[in-house]
Amino acid sequence: MDRLRDKIIPVTAILLGIAAIWYVGAYLMNAPFQRDLDRRAGETPTFSEFVVKTMTQPKPTLPAPHQVAVNFFENTFLRKVTSARSLVYHAWVTLSSTMAGFALGTALGIAIAVGIVHVTTLDRSLMPWIIASQTIPILALAPMIIVVLAAIGVTGLIPKALISTYLSFFPVAVGMVKGLRSPDMLHLDLMRTYNASSAQVFWKLRVPASVPYLFASMKVAVAASLVGAIVGELPTGAVAGIGAKLLNGSYYSQTIDMFSALLAGSVVAVILVSLVGLAGRVTERAMGGRPA
Amino acid sequence: MSSAAARNPSLWPALAGLAVALALAAFVLNALGVPKYAVDYRPAILGAAIAVWLLAWWVNSRLSALSLQDRTLNLLRNVFVALSFGVVLLFLWEVLVRAFNVPFVLLPPPSAIGVRIANSLPVLAADVNQTIFKAVFAGYAMGCAAGFIVAILADRFLFLRRGLLPIGNMVSALPIIGIAPIMVMWFGFDWQSKAAVVVVMTFFPMLVNTVAGLTAAGHMERDLMRTYASSYWQTLFKLRLPAAMPFIFNALKINSTLALIGAIVAEFFGTPVVGMGFRISTEVGRMNVDMVWAEIAVAALAGSVFYGVIALAERAVTFWHPSIRGG
Repeated sequence: MDRLRDKIIPVTAILLGIAAIWYVGAYLMNAPFQRDLDRRAGETPTFSEFVVKTMTQPKPTLPAPHQVAVNFFENTFLRKVTSARSLVYHAWVTLSSTMAGFALGTALGIAIAVGIVHVTTLDRSLMPWIIASQTIPILALAPMIIVVLAAIGVTGLIPKALISTYLSFFPVAVGMVKGLRSPDMLHLDLMRTYNASSAQVFWKLRVPASVPYLFASMKVAVAASLVGAIVGELPTGAVAGIGAKLLNGSYYSQTIDMFSALLAGSVVAVILVSLVGLAGRVTERAMGGRPA
Repeated sequence: MSSAAARNPSLWPALAGLAVALALAAFVLNALGVPKYAVDYRPAILGAAIAVWLLAWWVNSRLSALSLQDRTLNLLRNVFVALSFGVVLLFLWEVLVRAFNVPFVLLPPPSAIGVRIANSLPVLAADVNQTIFKAVFAGYAMGCAAGFIVAILADRFLFLRRGLLPIGNMVSALPIIGIAPIMVMWFGFDWQSKAAVVVVMTFFPMLVNTVAGLTAAGHMERDLMRTYASSYWQTLFKLRLPAAMPFIFNALKINSTLALIGAIVAEFFGTPVVGMGFRISTEVGRMNVDMVWAEIAVAALAGSVFYGVIALAERAVTFWHPSIRGG
């Protein structure tokens, strides 16, 4: 009951509010063009007819929510997944490079974190640069990575995955450094009284302590690597993927297509983040953690 | 200085190592300029470069191991260790690229990028003006302000908070950058469309962080304010907003990076013939990679300065926070 009152009702109310504002916005933004069309055709529709017309334009300035929903449904469920118009196909292309980049980025981030925690020189010299590397708008590098790698014959999945790797290693590295350092002095001292070697301290204390941090930062990393994959698809000439779908839409002013591609990207993001969250909960339970 | 050296007698070998490293580096850079004769001396150059790297590593680890009591010295040491890592990286980049004749389009040497920056300052300045001073600053200010105001509203009305927070948390995982082509369609090619993208990208981090920050003030302090019979707004301005400042600055920092990314990527979808994103995408097409790298170096510098200014402001505003007070 509490969940209904505290969460479901407020969230639904806000979502409905957003949808209402969206409909009003769609009417207002599409009205000038529709008025123009009607004037040329010499029609004088009633207000209700006019409202319906603003919601059914083939290339509206702002598509109404139901137009996006219909387009999304058609392109997701009614098309063969191998068809170039199927959103499942495009989402799959994006997803595969996201996952490759995410796996690489997570591995790299963990490796860097282990290095930083165990080698003081790395901590002092590498950490500031890792932080500085994130103040660089790295997505700006995306077109160059793609084009330059294509020039030497590397195309397809790898360049996009590299961009995702770059975007996803940082949250993991920072989170894991925090996690590997999270055991407190008491526990470290206890390990010392056991005469534990530093490898034993690492595997039996630091690694288990860092697991919650790892999954929290992996959630951020997977979202970042999806963004990397989408932007990485832009300069390839809009071949395949959600980013390509967006770019194609903007070439031909297919606003409905763009919105449903955006929706598909969001669905992928939510699924990925939930999966990582679920994996985190399962792992924590398997390690004997109690629900907080 | 002498007392520090007396406590840490290991400082002098580090300085000697540094001198040797610098001399070796000068030799390597000099040798790169020599025209290539019949003898292939690349192994020697490579060996010397690796020696420089190892020496620099050793110097750094020596310096890192020093325990300095003086805070200025400590800061200087940390800055030096961090900077030298970057310098060594640039050095290795230069040497490897030039010794092995890596194709220019793949990776130009840093010196070429430096020359390109020096030669095209007016172009770079125009791009920075268009992208950063117009699009980023306008969008950043509007997005952060809007996020902040909505956060205050959400704090005032529990229902709004319960509804907005889950949505805000979810949106932060979405690829918002995808709205860029839509914004370009709505607001035209000039900076307004980029600012719009930046507004949307910066809004949610600000909202979520500010709402979290407003819960940071402790119960004791809030009860104290209640005993003073202070109103909601008095409590907000005198207690809860100052307590929320670390969170708000966290959002400002996150947003500084997001804003740059948003503005540059939005320019890939169409701009007037000026702007950093425009320059990057066109020069990539013409294979002028040194210009692209120059643009990226400028963007990195601008991003770091932006971040640094916010970090300085944070130190000034949240001087009471343990992480800053403790030095």
